[in-house]
Amino acid sequence: MRADTDTIDEFVASDYKYGFVTDIESESLKPGLGEEAVRFISAKKNEPEWLLEWRMKALRHWEKLECPTWPHVKYPPIDFQAISYYSAPKKKGDGPKSLDEVDPKLLETYEKLGVPLHERARLAGVAVDAVFDSESIGTTFKEDLAKAGVVFCSISEAVQEHPELVRKYLGTVVPYTDNFYATLNSAVFSDGSFVYIPKGTRCPMELSTYFRINAANTGQFERTLIVAEEGSHVSYLEGCTAPMRDENQLHAAVVELVALDNADIKYSTVQNWYPGDEEGRGGIYNFVTKRGICRTNAKISWTQVETGSAITWKYPSVILQGDNSVGEFYSVALTNKAQQADTGTKMVHLGKHTRSTIVSKGISAGRGQNSYRGLVQVGKKAANARNYSQCDSLLIGDRCGAHTFPYIEVKNTTANIEHEATTSKIGEDQIFYCNQRGLETQDAVNMIVNGFCKEVFRELPMEFAVEAQKLLDVSLEGSVG
Amino acid sequence: MLEIKNLLAGIDNKPILKGINLSVNAGEVHAIMGPNGSGKSTLASVLAGREGFDVTGGEVRYKGNDLLDLAPEERAREGVFMAFQYPVEIPGVNSAYFLRSAVNAIRKHRGEEELDAMNFLKAVKAKMKELGLGEEFLKRPVNAGFSGGEKKRNEILQMAMLNPWLAVLDETDSGLDIDALRIVADGVNRLRGPKNAQVVITHYQRLLDYIVPDFVHVLHDGRIIRSGDKSLALELEEKGYDWLVKEAA
Ligand SMILES: Nc1ncnc2c1ncn2[C@@H]1O[C@H](COP(=O)(O)OP(=O)(O)OP(=O)(O)O)[C@@H](O)[C@H]1O
Ligand SMILES: [Mg+2]
Repeated sequence: MRADTDTIDEFVASDYKYGFVTDIESESLKPGLGEEAVRFISAKKNEPEWLLEWRMKALRHWEKLECPTWPHVKYPPIDFQAISYYSAPKKKGDGPKSLDEVDPKLLETYEKLGVPLHERARLAGVAVDAVFDSESIGTTFKEDLAKAGVVFCSISEAVQEHPELVRKYLGTVVPYTDNFYATLNSAVFSDGSFVYIPKGTRCPMELSTYFRINAANTGQFERTLIVAEEGSHVSYLEGCTAPMRDENQLHAAVVELVALDNADIKYSTVQNWYPGDEEGRGGIYNFVTKRGICRTNAKISWTQVETGSAITWKYPSVILQGDNSVGEFYSVALTNKAQQADTGTKMVHLGKHTRSTIVSKGISAGRGQNSYRGLVQVGKKAANARNYSQCDSLLIGDRCGAHTFPYIEVKNTTANIEHEATTSKIGEDQIFYCNQRGLETQDAVNMIVNGFCKEVFRELPMEFAVEAQKLLDVSLEGSVG
Repeated sequence: MLEIKNLLAGIDNKPILKGINLSVNAGEVHAIMGPNGSGKSTLASVLAGREGFDVTGGEVRYKGNDLLDLAPEERAREGVFMAFQYPVEIPGVNSAYFLRSAVNAIRKHRGEEELDAMNFLKAVKAKMKELGLGEEFLKRPVNAGFSGGEKKRNEILQMAMLNPWLAVLDETDSGLDIDALRIVADGVNRLRGPKNAQVVITHYQRLLDYIVPDFVHVLHDGRIIRSGDKSLALELEEKGYDWLVKEAA
């Protein structure tokens, strides 16, 4: 007979494939947060005076803020003075001028992560910006994109090459006073991507940024800004991984999207930061502010597959300022082991005939705690605003939890708001039924989970939908006995 | 094919099967009848390996090997199929995808090439036609929102696709209209052959008009108290179980 312990809430360790460390000489700022650190980062990046001032304002504001306690997650207080705010691979001489001159160890790292940067091997039809700790190490297909007038580079480079654009839009969607972690990010942000799509242009390829945390005891403060001019289109995807370490590391990002009249931005995330171990040791704290603004007839669609991080705290949002604008949020959030996620979205309807759709799929396994938190707000002038929200939770085993916190604030009586929520559990009887048809328990769980998520996977760019499904399978490994 | 010797099994320390002896040879159809709660489904569950049932004695050999030693999915791959009394709903999982995964898990185990989506669809559509089932079945999530009769027919479709050596059908005829009953009987009869065997659990002699059994057994309080041929079923229909129970006491 099989052992009695073979029940579906029995857990064993699952493997995190991306947990390796790249042995590379890096230059790190000594831990501590203050004027000195901010000046150091700004100088490193050779920033203009206005940007340094902006950072300093953020720092001073941050010093007055308290760490928020409202998310449904538990973690010990973070010592912000013990974190290093800058780390980058040491440059030889002037630093690489092209990807060919990048340290082979770095290229190898990305190769191992499945994101080859070499001309020969790189992914067809996908331009990649590779951010390693606090610096971008290179961007592929830049010339091809430039031909279409598209700017795709690191934000540090954009500050040098396109200062007028950065200055015009930085902080316009997420001001430096926005919230504790966004303010922190504004003071010490290091690298991230910058995208500019000119008027009427359809970006000729997928754009993506691959974030990698490598150095120990450092935080990563990504800042990404995407500006889509009138009538333009872009699809952007970010991926994230980090080594396995027993200490927690902070990733506090800010992403701002600007969709001008008739523009369309599709932003997808496959987040696979190191989740920590069974006991909740180690893993990334992923505290992120993502927000977009839509002008008339514009559309912003957020799709996220969140499988990693010890703690995830993010609410990709859309401000529907222009009439007839559209916001979408499709999310799969998985918490296994001791992971915690408090994620959702905000749809702020300001313009007339604005529409938003929210589809959230939360999966909890192990001792994972998964919360959906969403706000649908309809302003006084937003006549005929419509929202449809669907929040489904799936539980695997008896030790995990799912929570839903929907907030609805409506100030216009013509609004039409629909909210549906379900919670289900993968039952022993479902597993047995699959077993009886010849399927392994793990395959049965994957099949049920993938069925549960398919509405969201459908929204991912084709190239990544399969990857996301595989990632989910791997993240669920060991979620059953 | 199947040899059950003095099988004792229970749940939560409560004995349910109290010494079952049954031997099923290839080519045979056995019917198991008996009052509610006598242990028929429990026997099927123990054969399929459902968790929570503790075997406390006896043995079960299948094709010469210890069946109880195998995990449920291994039993399935070795050709043991159970049609559930209450088929389980799996929302979100497409029936065609589910069935293809099952077919391929078993083909792989047998060292046969896996079926791609095209070939699978061809095979399953042919089977559905044979069984008189509508194709809309395939597009819906597994059993989700199916009527009672549709669920039972889906069990038969799965059985037909998986081609088991040993099929145990737990009250697959309950709640079926007369056409569906024919489909079920037809499914079983098509599987009959010198290398296969079926164990059919039922309350109704009516089914046995369509699936003519070689043996009929009466289960009562965890024991087989009488075995006979088809005429035993007719006798039960007429007289009920009481007389048998009294005789056995
Ligand atoms: N999960 C369970 N927990 C507790 N008792 C159970 C469980 N499953 C079955 N039993 C008990 O075991 C006994 C046999 O049940 P079983 O389902 O095998 O009967 P059956 O012969 O199939 O009945 P029916 O004709 O009603 O389907 C019953 O007394 C039942 O209450
Ligand atoms: Mg029964």
